[in-house]
Amino acid sequence: MEKVLEVKNIEKYYGNKSNLTKAIDNISFNVEKGEFVGIMGASGSGKTTLLNCISTIDRVTAGKIIINNQDITKLKGNQLNKFRREELGFIFQDFNLLDTLTAFENIALALTIQRVKPKLIEERVNEVAKKLNIVDILNKYPYQISGGQKQRVASARAIITNPKLVLADEPTGALDSKSARQLLESFEDLNKNLNATILLVTHDSFTASYADRILFIKDGKLFNEIVKGEDTRKQFFEKIIEVQTLLGGELGDVI
Amino acid sequence: MLFKLAFKNMRKTIKDFAIYFLTLVLGVAIFYMFNSLDSQEAMLQVSSSTRELIKLMITMLGFVSVFVAIILGLLIVYANNFLINRRKKEFGIYMVLGMGKGQISKILLLETLFVGLISLIVGLILGVFASQFMSILVGKLFEADMSRFEFVFSKSACIKTCIYFAVMYLAVMVFNTFTISRYKLINLLNASRKNEQIKIKNLWVCICVFVLGVIMLGYAYYKVTGGVSEISTEEAMLPIIVIGIISTILIFWSVSGFILKLVQLRKSIYFKDVNMFVLRQLHNKINTTVVSMSVICLMLFMTITILSSSLSLNNTMRKDLEEMTPVDINLYKTASLPENNKFTEARIEDSKKTLTQTLIDNGFDMNKLKDMVEIPIYATNNLTWKDTLKPVYEEVRAQNPTLLYDTAEEIVKVSDYNKIARLYNEPEYYLNDDEYIIICNFDNMKAIRDKALQAGSTININGNEYKPKVNECKNGYIEMAGSHVNTGIFLVPDNCNLTEDMKEEAFLAANYNADTDEGKEEIEKIFTDETSSKFFQNLEEKGIEIDGMTKIAIIESSLGISTMVLFIAIYLGIIFLIASSAILALKQLTESSDNKQRYSILRKIGADEKMINGALFKQIGVFFLMPLILAIIHSIFGIQFVMTMMSVLADAKELLPSVIATVVILGVVYGAYFIATYIGSKSIIKE
Repeated sequence: MEKVLEVKNIEKYYGNKSNLTKAIDNISFNVEKGEFVGIMGASGSGKTTLLNCISTIDRVTAGKIIINNQDITKLKGNQLNKFRREELGFIFQDFNLLDTLTAFENIALALTIQRVKPKLIEERVNEVAKKLNIVDILNKYPYQISGGQKQRVASARAIITNPKLVLADEPTGALDSKSARQLLESFEDLNKNLNATILLVTHDSFTASYADRILFIKDGKLFNEIVKGEDTRKQFFEKIIEVQTLLGGELGDVI
Repeated sequence: MLFKLAFKNMRKTIKDFAIYFLTLVLGVAIFYMFNSLDSQEAMLQVSSSTRELIKLMITMLGFVSVFVAIILGLLIVYANNFLINRRKKEFGIYMVLGMGKGQISKILLLETLFVGLISLIVGLILGVFASQFMSILVGKLFEADMSRFEFVFSKSACIKTCIYFAVMYLAVMVFNTFTISRYKLINLLNASRKNEQIKIKNLWVCICVFVLGVIMLGYAYYKVTGGVSEISTEEAMLPIIVIGIISTILIFWSVSGFILKLVQLRKSIYFKDVNMFVLRQLHNKINTTVVSMSVICLMLFMTITILSSSLSLNNTMRKDLEEMTPVDINLYKTASLPENNKFTEARIEDSKKTLTQTLIDNGFDMNKLKDMVEIPIYATNNLTWKDTLKPVYEEVRAQNPTLLYDTAEEIVKVSDYNKIARLYNEPEYYLNDDEYIIICNFDNMKAIRDKALQAGSTININGNEYKPKVNECKNGYIEMAGSHVNTGIFLVPDNCNLTEDMKEEAFLAANYNADTDEGKEEIEKIFTDETSSKFFQNLEEKGIEIDGMTKIAIIESSLGISTMVLFIAIYLGIIFLIASSAILALKQLTESSDNKQRYSILRKIGADEKMINGALFKQIGVFFLMPLILAIIHSIFGIQFVMTMMSVLADAKELLPSVIATVVILGVVYGAYFIATYIGSKSIIKE
């Protein structure tokens, strides 16, 4: 299989010599094309730092991150922006839709920033909207649609540019359970049918259970890794809960 | 503790404060400059009659200053309100920590005090230095002797500035306390998270409103240019002004929607880079800024119109003066006074004499004058404006209902006029026995008279018919004046039967028999100084009145008037300009910090800095340009209207340099605010 993302021994330190915090302490893993990978961990475990480093928003202190055969830790300035808009797609917890633009325009914006020919834009937006089942809300403004619909619009915006890797940061964090389920189903759909590679960060076991493989992070280190394999989602969910209990184990020792 | 907090706050928010602070400093400096005119060096060097005018000007400036203070006061309260709104969260935290509203008010009070004190001091220092430059300018305008230049500090202007601004800051403090007392803790804490209600207007409604606004504006424009002759009273102006204001508001309400719809139809532009975002951004924001945009537009309009018109008025006056004062003195005396008890016997007796005779009789030394010419001017109630305009009377009256059509025309024998013309270096005229010519230099009146001449209007003087020699008025005048005000004098052949009782006036023109300016002023005193002039006292005694106009008096009063107008115009113009630029700048800065989130979304989905800054530049640029463009269009018509109304004083040809000067002043101030806003906004949206 083709490796889309290769993380090699990365470290990220904050603070100064006298007071050093290791947000990420020697993490390595690979994501292959078409995989749906989840990253789990408690607050402060370093999962958001990891995502920020992969998404080029933050820089690593040491190590390499290779996306699509390109070492992104060596990119600078506008190269970074170019890389970000051409190779990555983002989905955020708080949607990050522009409230002044219609759903259609929000999705189209990702293309206009890439300077896609105006003629092609309409066609491509409609195409992706069909897949995410949001065709009939395209002309509405974000304040006129529900949270789940907003997140699907955001997903459409993330994948319309055909990115190598879609990064989702707590995408269900602001949704009720029904919307969350719908969204995750459409993620599954994107992953299976469009062969989109998705890296999802969450602290919610239910959300994580939709992934193929889950990496657990604790105190900046890779703690465990489980693969769904042939399990049903329910079995996989139970496995996740088990690992999470383990993760919290040390706290239990204190008590 | 509060003191420390306030001081630190101020230093921290210096970026937000920068434009506000700059505006305050400029306001103080300008206020001082214009109020310190009286003690400036230039004022001490000019002649005494000019000083009288300057006193008048300073009184006028005093009144204008009150008006200016009100504008600045409103600006300060408005700007301050902006800054407070941005700090709601901070106040919320203070309150959570247990600080009372009273204490928060105290912090604000101290902050206002700091900002006020510092801006006052910096502004005054700037003003003192700037006023030295203005002193040189004033010196040039009043043609004062500036060889002895000294550094001047006006104590009274300084005190006045301090008092006025202290009152303004006091108002701000009261206002702040009031605002704080209305805040609720929950709203303060959630201020940044509060959902902004987005109202998207129906684009088709926008288009209809826009078209309506344009039509209304077109009507108002037509009224002040094409249909200007219908405006005869101030009341007639009122509906036009109201229509102008309403259409301005309508246009600003709808213009963004209109442009948005237009661009949306051109997909290749709409879907290019972040144009979509910029347009939506403008459309969204303009909803909340319709009123301020309109106010700013109208203020800019006033600035442009006031500055250009007054600058051109000043230029025209200066040019006129040179050609309008060919000799040193004109004297005129009413002739043939009737014997009713209104006048003294001596005066009635004197009115039968020539002016020369009167001068000699009252002990005037005729050697003081040279190049002397005296002529009689005739008039009769049998030849009024109504009679000379006869062929076109109904039409003219319909257009100019307020003219005094019963005014008797002035009649002069052509050879008499030629004597004056020779002295004034004007063309001379020759008439056949049945011809007349009108000389006139008042444009509006000339236009009316030309119509009558083209209709071949004949006149009748004591039974003799005369017809026009040419079908238009000739340029010229007999009495010197500060501007073109000769409404028309009829030149008739010498053999015309003008009787003694038709003599209306004895007129005398002459030069002073002196070579130096001092010598001329010495002679002038004989006519004007009631204490030292024996001649003047003799006339007083007998009750004889001689009117006159001298070159020196015309130049001084005209310079005074035009300079006064210019000063007040510059004062008001610059204050308007600063006020509107500052409001725009502050509004944009607040918008930028409100929109920080939106720009960071753009950044997150991969727009590079160049694109983002481009979007910001376009957005701020459009916001600065929109009121300016409409204001410029307004002023094209506004200036034309002012020119029509003041045609007696200003000349359209003088307009271009004035407009250029205005554009330069406007460009510098407005441009500076624009750049400051862009730089400020850029640093606000940067992460």
